[in-house]
Amino acid sequence: MNLQEVNIRKSENVSNIIDFRRNERKSKLKSNPLDVIYWKPSSTLWRIINISIFALALLVSFIIPLKQSVILAPYRFFLIISIAYFIVINAIAPLNSKIKAKVNHNAQLYSGIGLILIIWDLLTTKSNILPLPFFPSFAQILQVMVEDYGTLIISTGHSMRLLVIGFTIGTILGITTGVLIGWYRQWHYWVFPVIKIVGVVPATAWIPIVMFIFPSSFYAQIFLIVICVWFPVAFMTSSGIENLPKSFFEAARTLGAKEEFLIFKVAIPGAMPSIFTGIYTATGISFATLVVSEMIGAKAGLGWYINWAKGWSNYAKVYASIIIMAIVFSIVMAIIFRIRDRVLIWQKGLLK
Amino acid sequence: MAKGVVKMIEDNGKEVGSISVRNVYRTYIDTNGNEVEALKNINIEIQPGEFISFIGPSGCGKTTLMRLIAGLDEAQEGELFLDDEKIEGTNHERGYVFQQANLFPWANIEDNISAGLRARKIYKEHKEEVSHYIEIAGLKGFEKSYPHQISGGMAQRASLVRALINSPKVLLLDEPLGALDSFTRFALQDKLLELWEERETTMILVTHDVDEAVYLSDRIIIMSPRPGRIEEIIDVKLGRPRNRTSDDFLVLRKKILEKLNLVNKPKDLEYYL
Repeated sequence: MNLQEVNIRKSENVSNIIDFRRNERKSKLKSNPLDVIYWKPSSTLWRIINISIFALALLVSFIIPLKQSVILAPYRFFLIISIAYFIVINAIAPLNSKIKAKVNHNAQLYSGIGLILIIWDLLTTKSNILPLPFFPSFAQILQVMVEDYGTLIISTGHSMRLLVIGFTIGTILGITTGVLIGWYRQWHYWVFPVIKIVGVVPATAWIPIVMFIFPSSFYAQIFLIVICVWFPVAFMTSSGIENLPKSFFEAARTLGAKEEFLIFKVAIPGAMPSIFTGIYTATGISFATLVVSEMIGAKAGLGWYINWAKGWSNYAKVYASIIIMAIVFSIVMAIIFRIRDRVLIWQKGLLK
Repeated sequence: MAKGVVKMIEDNGKEVGSISVRNVYRTYIDTNGNEVEALKNINIEIQPGEFISFIGPSGCGKTTLMRLIAGLDEAQEGELFLDDEKIEGTNHERGYVFQQANLFPWANIEDNISAGLRARKIYKEHKEEVSHYIEIAGLKGFEKSYPHQISGGMAQRASLVRALINSPKVLLLDEPLGALDSFTRFALQDKLLELWEERETTMILVTHDVDEAVYLSDRIIIMSPRPGRIEEIIDVKLGRPRNRTSDDFLVLRKKILEKLNLVNKPKDLEYYL
């Protein structure tokens, strides 16, 4: 090698070293996307506290004497399962970076939940400061869930059936009506005023009327849910189509598109974000309508269960039903979100 | 000839793609409620396979005229013809490339480009051509990308190819390269010429760039505003491929620039002694 080549090699080595150091610094600057979502700092302490607090709750449950009558087995079982779950995920964590980040991030949250459980337990079953029947402890709620699990499962099934059927029919009718209103002037002229005026009235106001129109409470409740879903979805569909820039339709027309293509392949896909907004709104309203309508006319269902339990002043059952509602409705919302993310995959990265 | 390319000559040997504009008059109401004469007394005969540019200041009616030819709007008076057939409404035979690429944001590039085929329900027969056109546009590898993920130049190429895949008799381009940087613009101009020479589609371009008009066109139609009318039609008698820096090119360019300045006559000069 001559002198020139040696100098070139030297400068290459130097630049390599500079790059290496720069990359090292970069990795410490948290450009890792997992660090953005799971931003809580990694902490062994909190993970230990997490497990310890639940263990403490278990201890409290065993050691401190009861001041209210309750069967503690379900509660203790719940705590044991939770502890087992935490131990397992902490054990798996080192094997998978995503799980590790998630476990770290949630450690504080679960610790807080554990603390709340302890305080709740102390204030109710262990000291009777918050008395029955109005302030049941978590232990009592769990006991009620276990004892009444048959009724609860039937009620949940009943409510879900109403929700799914009503929601599906309402969405289909809503999108169809919305497309007709958004596309054809005559439909808009005659039907949109109906949507605007009648749509604002809460579905629950129709309960007395619906009760004498329909032969059975089942059809009456389906109708109520259909109504409460129909209007927001139709409204958002039509406004989504009307607000779509004309340029899309013009581009399609110069490509030889006829009305069928313009409606189904331009208007509806373009209005999808609006349609989903309508669907979320409708979902929230449908939960409320479902519960209220069950309280008044039904023979089963989560709303009916709350009403029935209230009659016995058994508030533990009321809370049990509420907790089940929270879980089930969250699952429904999560499913809808998943569907939305799939359908609106084209928006990924477009909006932030 | 590349696969899937249709040369614009009918079976009986007659060339297609001529546009006739006769006595067109179009007004619209502006934001103040006044009636504006967008086009007055427009008469043009465009031969099949020609490359025509419309040039002029804003408000001279270039885009309005393009939209009338495309069938997106209607003239109050006068008629437009494509090959002796009256133009009524839009048709894939008169393709349009918009100033903003106007790709459908909910479809990926592949689906956007094949949109015309799907609209005309001939997608299955012409499925293989889609990848050929994606290659022409230089978008290989981006078939599954969405419009917001590609650059402006790529989007405009996709938009161009989306119109071309329908084998239109006439391609209307409304300032398609206006939003792009110089490098992309020059490259796309050459691409446009390449595609034109392959297919001999009639090309009608609207531009505010004199260089672009001289580089690309057979004839340049200068328009002026208020009311929108044709000022002059200039033949560009330069051989292809054209040299942007050749003397002939520059002479023509100067001539057109002067004409455009004359279109907005300066106020009377005052002489100072």
